[in-house]
Order: sequence, then C-alpha cells, then structure tokens
Amino acid sequence: MKLARGLALAAAILAGCANVAPYQRGYLAREAMALDPNPGMARALEKTYSAKEAASGGASVGGGGCGCN
Amino acid sequence: MRRLLAAMLIAGSQAALAVEAGAPAPEIAGPRLDAPGQSISLSSFKGKVVYVDFWASWCAPCRISFPVLDSLYRGDQSRGLVVIGVNKDVTVADAKKFLAKLPVSFPLVGDAGDAAARAFDVKTMPSGYLVDRKGVVRKVHRGFTPETGAAIREEIDALLKEPS
Repeated sequence: MKLARGLALAAAILAGCANVAPYQRGYLAREAMALDPNPGMARALEKTYSAKEAASGGASVGGGGCGCN
Repeated sequence: MRRLLAAMLIAGSQAALAVEAGAPAPEIAGPRLDAPGQSISLSSFKGKVVYVDFWASWCAPCRISFPVLDSLYRGDQSRGLVVIGVNKDVTVADAKKFLAKLPVSFPLVGDAGDAAARAFDVKTMPSGYLVDRKGVVRKVHRGFTPETGAAIREEIDALLKEPS
C-alpha cells in the first residue's frame, strides 16, 4: 500500500519533468525563463525593501541590522 | 515492481543513438529558411562533400563558426562542397535577427519538429557533421573554436580529393 502510494506520488511528480535536449535550449533562453527577468527593477525593489524593513542585505548578503554596512 | 520502475525510467530518457564518424548520415529535409518556397534535402547532395551544421541564434560559438563556414563554402563550392545550416531556434524571427548580423551564402533549413536533430541525436550546440561523397559521416565536431575551423578546412580538403 505504501509502495503504491509512493509510486502514485512519483508518477505525479515525474509527469512535471521534461527533458530539454541540447538543441532545444532556445526555450531556456527565453526571457520568461530567467530567474530574474528584470534585474534593474529587482535591485530597486530590494533597496526599498531593505530601507523599509531596516534589513540591509537581508535579501541576499549575510549581515545587516547593525547599520554598519 | 522494479521492472516497472526501470521501464518508467527508460521511457523518460532518450533512446536515440548519437551519429558518430563511420555511420551513414540520416536524412535532413525541410523548407529553406533563406529561400522561401524552396526545400532542401541532404540525400540530394550525394556525390558532394557536405558539412551539416546545427546552429541557433542563442548559441554563442555559432557567432565564431558562421563566418568561418561561409568562407569555406565560398572557397570550395566549385570543388563540390556544400554547407547546410540546420536552424534550431524556437522562432524564425530569432534566426533572422542573427542572420542580419552574420549573413551567410550557404543554404539554411528549419527543423521545427526536431526530426533532424533527433535523427543525429545532437549533443552539443553547435554540432557539425562532415559527410563524404558517399553519404557517410566522416567527422563530428561538437562545439566550435577557431582551431575547429582550421581542422575542418583540412578535413574538407582531404575529402574533396576523394573520388565520388
């Protein structure tokens, strides 16, 4: 029963996977596939976030809180 | 149960075998990108030396390979060399943008259904297959550096000297 449940779960998860062949990487090169399609906007948002939350560097770099960076 | 799992894994992987030197070249046929309305097929070039190049606009080394392949084609076309560029872009517009910057004179073919890429089982972009006058793949080049260009030049010269 446990095995069947595991298999069902695996089938559900594996169905979401797709092989991307080397010659299909044009799909990965699309703007929408980027981790951060708009780096300028993300930088501005991060700056606002760290100012409002008083958490400088909280989004990426360690440290912050002491106001010394 | 184990067999079922193995079957699932095999079904998920790609079963095609990569084309290596010594194997007969699979067929490539499709509409030409550079000449609308015309089509092209690899088998129609039997008796000629053909360099099949899989390329795309998102492939950085293709920016090095295109000028080299074009100069090879221009130089040795009269001796019986054909270069076929198989495009792997998602949209034709991407390919056209690339070609506006790096124009070439050799024929280009689209491969929308991935049939050609799957038949050759392309492992790297760009991949080049040097096919002799009898239709046999004699050399496979995966990736492209300036040294690759020099090597291809010599290999083509040797193959052109072979009788058809």
